[in-house]
Amino acid sequence: MQSINNIQDEIIEDFSMYDDWNDKYEYLIEFGKSLPLIEEQYKTEDNRIHGCQSKVWLHGEVKDDNLYFYADSDAIITKGIVGLLVKVLSGHTPKEIADSDLYFIGKIGLQEHLSPTRANGLVSMIKKMKTYGIAFQAAN
Amino acid sequence: MLNIPQIRADFPILTEKIRGKKLVYLDNGASTQKPQAVIDAESFYYEHQYANIHRGVHYLSQIGTDLYEGVRKQVQQFINAKYDHEVIFTKGTTNAINLVAYTFGRKFINEGDEIVVTEMEHHSNIVPWQMLCDEKKCVLKVIPLQADGTILLEDAEKLITPKTKLVSVVYVSNALGTINPIQELIALAHKNGAKILIDAAQAIQHFKIDVQAMDADFLVFSGHKIYGPTGTGILYGKEDILNAMPPYEGGGDMIKTVSFKGTTYNDLPFKFEAGTPNIAGCVALGTAIKYVEELGVENIKAYETELLNYATEKLSAIEGLKIYGTAAHKSSVISFLLEGIHPYDVGVILDNMGIAIRTGHHCAQPVMDHYGIPGTCRASFAFYNTKEEVDVLVEGILKAKKMLS
Repeated sequence: MQSINNIQDEIIEDFSMYDDWNDKYEYLIEFGKSLPLIEEQYKTEDNRIHGCQSKVWLHGEVKDDNLYFYADSDAIITKGIVGLLVKVLSGHTPKEIADSDLYFIGKIGLQEHLSPTRANGLVSMIKKMKTYGIAFQAAN
Repeated sequence: MLNIPQIRADFPILTEKIRGKKLVYLDNGASTQKPQAVIDAESFYYEHQYANIHRGVHYLSQIGTDLYEGVRKQVQQFINAKYDHEVIFTKGTTNAINLVAYTFGRKFINEGDEIVVTEMEHHSNIVPWQMLCDEKKCVLKVIPLQADGTILLEDAEKLITPKTKLVSVVYVSNALGTINPIQELIALAHKNGAKILIDAAQAIQHFKIDVQAMDADFLVFSGHKIYGPTGTGILYGKEDILNAMPPYEGGGDMIKTVSFKGTTYNDLPFKFEAGTPNIAGCVALGTAIKYVEELGVENIKAYETELLNYATEKLSAIEGLKIYGTAAHKSSVISFLLEGIHPYDVGVILDNMGIAIRTGHHCAQPVMDHYGIPGTCRASFAFYNTKEEVDVLVEGILKAKKMLS
């Protein structure tokens, strides 16, 4: 398994190929569409993160000491970013997740999606992923 | 006739580049941009005339007081209030509605009394009444929305009864653009002995309002939606009603005398204006209203109607696009969805093309629930917008549709 930072660096490199927003979003949209991220049974109110505009669902579970995430969104661009976050964090130890520094979002020019005015649930999603990390770390 | 190129030159922000593209600003329902004259008025006041107002004997305080009170008179004339002391400066529409809920509501609305709103209200004309109902055990009644985004007068007739103490309704829906039959609602309220509050936040910048001709009891609006500064707003109330209401916030300016034995309150309008107000903002609001009046409210209405009709025609022609709010009487707002596409995604794509629209529930969640949708994309127009900008919007929507389908 690659480290969290290795995966982030790979994503940054992938995105460096796109020099205009059009290509970047086309990629994000296609990536979002290609991901059947969460099973319907996990789309519960408990797993729902309240953004104002798009809905995000996040479910986390531990298998063999690693924390795995399953997530989804009803907006496709949000889903693409959700997919990237899952790709980066899922499958690592709770401690690695809790301690992670998610620098790739800024580097690939998607920082604006984490602005509170976007109200898309992504900021809360990252917070919740880390909270899962901290909680499972304590449980272990 | 409006000279649009000349008007556009008055608004410095309209020449801004957004992400390298020409700004197409179609979020006027949320807030309007400011002409240079308004920006200059606020700066000039701070640079040359600033001091705290009221009760200052010195020169600057006098000038500030004259300017501030001058704007009150100006607003009085703009909405044709009978007296200038019927015009209360507030922070905005939300603040004005809360003021009425807190004062008129707490004094005159009691257990079992009814307050009537419509299903298309902005949250700021729902929540203050819900809070009051929780506290006073009064009842909130809701005039339901029809599929086209209008209300039926026969529903209003059933819901507005002698039990009704207050009807609080939006003049123009921010989410749908519907213009409500306000004159009929005023008549219904008065026939049943109720007072009526009109939320004119989306109306005052689009057409002429005459509170005396309408016989409105309360009328509220925000300064920032009529080309003025944020943090300014107006509560109009009839003199006798305002006089009967207790004060809102306690503090400076709203008192006559203060002692630990008891305090007496100031007269209108100061009774409702505790603390140092947004003086510079109010001064510049005066400039904004002057700007609108010089263009001519009727000219504005005619041009914006033409723009709305053009945009409605162009957007309706896009396959898979559905417009929410198709009332015969509408003002400057088009709410829409592309089939199978989340409004957030459309907003993000348009944003990357320099087009500013609003997406989401527009602080009117009951409207979205009514249609069973998560939100809409909303383009809202002002007199500085052009048909060319509508064409850019259409191109943007087509591109978003292609990318997201």
